[in-house]
Amino acid sequence: MKQLRLTGSGGQGIITMAIILAEGAVQAGYHAVQTQAYGPEARGGASKAEVIISKEDIAYPKVRQPNIVLAMNQEGCDKYSGGLRKDDLLIVDETFVKILPNTEAKIIALPITTCAREKLGKELFSNIIALGVLGKAMQLLDKETLEKAVLARVPKGTEEKNSQAFAIGWDLL
Amino acid sequence: MAKQAMLLQGNQACAFGALAAGVRFFAGYPITPSTEIAEILAQELPKVNGRFIQMEDEIASMGAVLGASLANVKAITATSGPGFSLKQELIGYASMAQIPSVIINVQRVGPSTGMATSPAQGDVMQARWGTHGDHTIIALSPASVLECYTLMIDAVNMAEKYRTPVIFLMDEVIGHMREDVRLPEDEELTIVNRKVITNSDQLPYKSEADGVAPMSIFGEGHYFHVTGLSHDETGFPQNGGDVVKANIDWLNEKIDRNLDDIIRYEAIDCQDADYIIIAYGGTSRSALQAKILLEKQNIRCGFLCLKTIWPFPYEAVKTICQHAKMVVFPEMNCGQLVGEVRKILPDKVVPFNRYDGQLMLPEEIAAVVENAVKEGK
Repeated sequence: MKQLRLTGSGGQGIITMAIILAEGAVQAGYHAVQTQAYGPEARGGASKAEVIISKEDIAYPKVRQPNIVLAMNQEGCDKYSGGLRKDDLLIVDETFVKILPNTEAKIIALPITTCAREKLGKELFSNIIALGVLGKAMQLLDKETLEKAVLARVPKGTEEKNSQAFAIGWDLL
Repeated sequence: MAKQAMLLQGNQACAFGALAAGVRFFAGYPITPSTEIAEILAQELPKVNGRFIQMEDEIASMGAVLGASLANVKAITATSGPGFSLKQELIGYASMAQIPSVIINVQRVGPSTGMATSPAQGDVMQARWGTHGDHTIIALSPASVLECYTLMIDAVNMAEKYRTPVIFLMDEVIGHMREDVRLPEDEELTIVNRKVITNSDQLPYKSEADGVAPMSIFGEGHYFHVTGLSHDETGFPQNGGDVVKANIDWLNEKIDRNLDDIIRYEAIDCQDADYIIIAYGGTSRSALQAKILLEKQNIRCGFLCLKTIWPFPYEAVKTICQHAKMVVFPEMNCGQLVGEVRKILPDKVVPFNRYDGQLMLPEEIAAVVENAVKEGK
């Protein structure tokens, strides 16, 4: 069972990422549950999305013990990166996360949003880049399955850029 | 057989279930955490010659739903607590005038506007007694995304079959979560359509042997008067004591005599279990996980998941729990449905409540049983 927690500010596409991950997992034959917690605001704040992927049925839908936390902003990192253990993983977007927490987990800091801005001209693609990073880091789903899930979910006409974004993320790790 | 596995959200599945059940009319006023249901039906209904109307408020939406249903179109609305409060008067009208309708309430924290994006189960008693007067009601509560689909079809079917409003009581946990489902094939579904009046001499409120009157189709020429006032078989107001009593008896009996058809639950490992956890809706998920945690400690614990919460399944709960030493009932409220269990198992039932906008943890529920085991209860 893999338990993933994704966090960032509203508008960064955190929930979309979680949905794509869960869809990829279902396509690969796993059970998956995706949940989120967010405030009433559409932008800003610290939103959280979670995915549990398992070969068994999943009863409780929320993450109890994350294996991987991805933090796309400082507030999310401060608030939701607790509870990680030695073999777990904390992935942060160093564009926004400047202060790293005290954790036993392995930390991977990557310039995700900077990459989106510089290589694709828009910060908008940072979540799909992050998804590429996460997809490779979790070592559960293959690249093709996850890329298919990305393309099935993104708006028509943006497939090529999102495909690029996904590949950039996958290679960034 | 079932369709291919896919990831669906509870609210999405609920909208798809309504479409599969034959719903062709939705009127509503968007409110978190139910909005996706309206959003999807706004897209999908026009594709099947259905109608979607965003009304000026929740009261008007309920009125539009009843109007559509009177014209023989399966009609539903979706809301959350604040809107559910506004709809109560017309839910009573639907009960009195016997108009099939399904009201979805995706519960959030209340009272009042409370917390829009956080789950609660605070509207359970309102679902039963929110509208005034002696009426009965059916309320179903799904515990998974798949059940949002299958139970929604049951809800529409029951509304049609018994000519009654049905409350589809969800919560934010189930409404917003996504999980993998394999929906049944369309051929596997049972779809119920109301009986309609075919002979112009038939009275619109004359019950048949099954306790239900066939419905007049409004606008097709049959003389049909609809009122919230006490009425007789013609549908016109009548204040005679016998008629009034007979009418109220009818409203109650058409539900109460069909409990076997209406009541749904799932009992897992309850036989000979010393401890049983009863739950419904979102808390079922914590309860099931608690059962699994207890099993790992070799504590035998049953799990009873209620799908029909009104009419309350007194007989089933009593029979299933009669040998248990303790029954734990977790709810995301200060203790509502547990009161019904207290009526039948006053010495056994222990409530466990959380009402801070968080789904309770499996460990919290398991601890109640663990402590009882330690104390030898």
